[in-house]
Amino acid sequence: MTINMGPQHPATHGVLRVVLELDGEVIVKAVPHIGHLHRGIEKLAETKTYHQSIPFTDRLDYTNAMGNNLAYVLAVEKLLGIQVPKRAQYIRVMMAELQRIAAHLIWLGTHALDIGAMTLIFYNFRERESILKIFEEVAGGRLTPTYLRFGGVSKDLPEGIGEKVKTFVQTFPDHIKEYETLLTKNIIWLKRTKGVGIISKEDAISFGVTGPTLRGSGVKYDVRKAFPYSSYEDFDFDIPIGSVGDVYDRYVVRLREMEWSNSIVEQAVERLPRGPVLANDPRITLPPKDDVLTDIASLIRQFKVVSEGFRPPVGEVYASVEASKGELGFYIVSDGSNRPFRFRIRTPSFANLSALPKMIEGGLIADVISAIGSIDIVLGEVDR
Amino acid sequence: MAEINLTVKKLKERFANSILEVETFRNEVTVIVSKAEIFEICKFLHSDPDLQYRLLTDLCGLDFFPQTPRFGVVYLLCSLKSNQRLRVKTRVGETESIPSVESIWKVANWYEREVYDLLGIRFENHPDLRRILLWDGYDGYPLRKDYPAEGPDFDKPFIPEV
Amino acid sequence: MGIETYLEKTPLMPALDWLVNWGRKYSIWPVTFGLACCALEMMVTHIVLDIGRFGSEAFRPSPRQSDVMIVAGTLTKKMAPMVKRIYEQMPEPKWVIAYGACACSGGYFRSYSVVQGVDQILPVDFYIPGCPPKPEALLAAWVKLQKKIETESLADRKNVRSALEIK
Repeated sequence: MTINMGPQHPATHGVLRVVLELDGEVIVKAVPHIGHLHRGIEKLAETKTYHQSIPFTDRLDYTNAMGNNLAYVLAVEKLLGIQVPKRAQYIRVMMAELQRIAAHLIWLGTHALDIGAMTLIFYNFRERESILKIFEEVAGGRLTPTYLRFGGVSKDLPEGIGEKVKTFVQTFPDHIKEYETLLTKNIIWLKRTKGVGIISKEDAISFGVTGPTLRGSGVKYDVRKAFPYSSYEDFDFDIPIGSVGDVYDRYVVRLREMEWSNSIVEQAVERLPRGPVLANDPRITLPPKDDVLTDIASLIRQFKVVSEGFRPPVGEVYASVEASKGELGFYIVSDGSNRPFRFRIRTPSFANLSALPKMIEGGLIADVISAIGSIDIVLGEVDR
Repeated sequence: MAEINLTVKKLKERFANSILEVETFRNEVTVIVSKAEIFEICKFLHSDPDLQYRLLTDLCGLDFFPQTPRFGVVYLLCSLKSNQRLRVKTRVGETESIPSVESIWKVANWYEREVYDLLGIRFENHPDLRRILLWDGYDGYPLRKDYPAEGPDFDKPFIPEV
Repeated sequence: MGIETYLEKTPLMPALDWLVNWGRKYSIWPVTFGLACCALEMMVTHIVLDIGRFGSEAFRPSPRQSDVMIVAGTLTKKMAPMVKRIYEQMPEPKWVIAYGACACSGGYFRSYSVVQGVDQILPVDFYIPGCPPKPEALLAAWVKLQKKIETESLADRKNVRSALEIK
């Protein structure tokens, strides 16, 4: 019997279509169909300058906007060969880790809702609101802040934001304990998640899986430790890994990651250095707004940077970060003009989703929902 | 860096005819090879006990219109054992096809389908080569340089077939 | 179309209209149709801002049991036939809200695979611009939708065409 788990479904986290062939309740074959959110970002970015493509990156994985900005900005800075001031690097780390906590909160709420535990989503969204209020004060946007620029961040942190972040960091570990008391030793949760959706170590590496899905199977690969970027080597944190590779292991890995991210934000806020937040390169960065309105040279610089952009050297780079779902990388090929020649986005959810048939074939139909929720896909990233 | 030099040295020893060029830009090593032995090179990089490039991070295509050969295919590999990245590039002509590496890394199944969908490069021995992001029956390959970004029929009204 | 043609001539009609509209406007049930980023802000109105106080606590997954369709996110040409089919499955009376810049007019994506606005396929009642709009904007649209339902009458419905003829 063939069943269509269509694009409009409350539990597929977006527009994903899975065609299942069943034998009773056991799944014999599963074929995912994607592309219902393909917006042509790679082609559109070839028609815009480098600055104008920064908002596209917010909308890729819309739960992890600051992290996506960071990946793109790192790639172009590597291509240009410019240095970023230390204060800007610490601010970037703080924002990326806060965004990772927000993304994992959405994952936990929707995953628990699919399996049936409806209480958690209300708690998680309440915590997420505090993080989004911080983003709104710092950058102006809740879901799509577009805060980072080439050479640093767009503007400095406002007054009083340190207190808000410290309050959040001190109250968050209690909230994680709340979630653990609800789920971790709950007999229903254990029965629905232990032994479900297993993927072995070799299969995971062969399917290109990265992020918490890979770490749940026991491979200790995290881009923040393997290829460090943006002063992550100054911070003290550990990488949690699982052992079996089932849905329960991935749940535990993500909970521990939230605790470690909380600790990184605490360290960043305490040790934030003073200094400029934007590199001093007139061809790339915008001048301060007060100067633009009074000084002719700044006006000309603003006009040139906004309308024409800059011309990077000929070459190609690949830079990646550890997004909340896995390794997010940008491969940019430049031919010397002010538009990119090729703008390729390597997204984690695309590779993670290709491993879905391996996880659910041979299982029961109710386990499909647990497995899709545990891989944590976002269709904006899969389809670009 | 020593591990990357080891990789390049072993490749040059074994596939001396196919290695066209080795470039280094911003601490990244790119090896440009000819299309003939690409499958054997990938198999060697995957299974050699010293190198072990087990993770295929990315597989994408480039369009160099109007130069010939028109297309390029780029493989980005990562070795978890020695924490190194390597990029392998080849060129493919407009009507030629390139062997598929799906039997080496399973994720190449979906990556190659995407390259076929957006650029039109065919892969030999691929188990299921069909469109993945656009719908079946779509005419044209959008990522090519001679295809407009808005699509060819932007002015006409859009009527979906229910 | 049945009883409305008789009641139209009686003085009972305005009172009946008021009663029916009172029931409809305070229990509008949306169908879950979040496509992209705007879906998260729509979830925020449900969970944090409590749209249940307006009577819309139940976001039904099935179109057969819902009144309004909130199209939140980018509509692509591959997804368009499914949107049209779900709209046709909804029973009358039904309304459509286009939430976000991508649903209003294509938004930031002027490309080969994006439909430039939901109103190329469906009749839209309210447009909410923003990228993404603040969740409070959806509540403002909800109040306006209630005011629009107040002005409707049962007599309008006897000449309604099927959705296949609209556009």
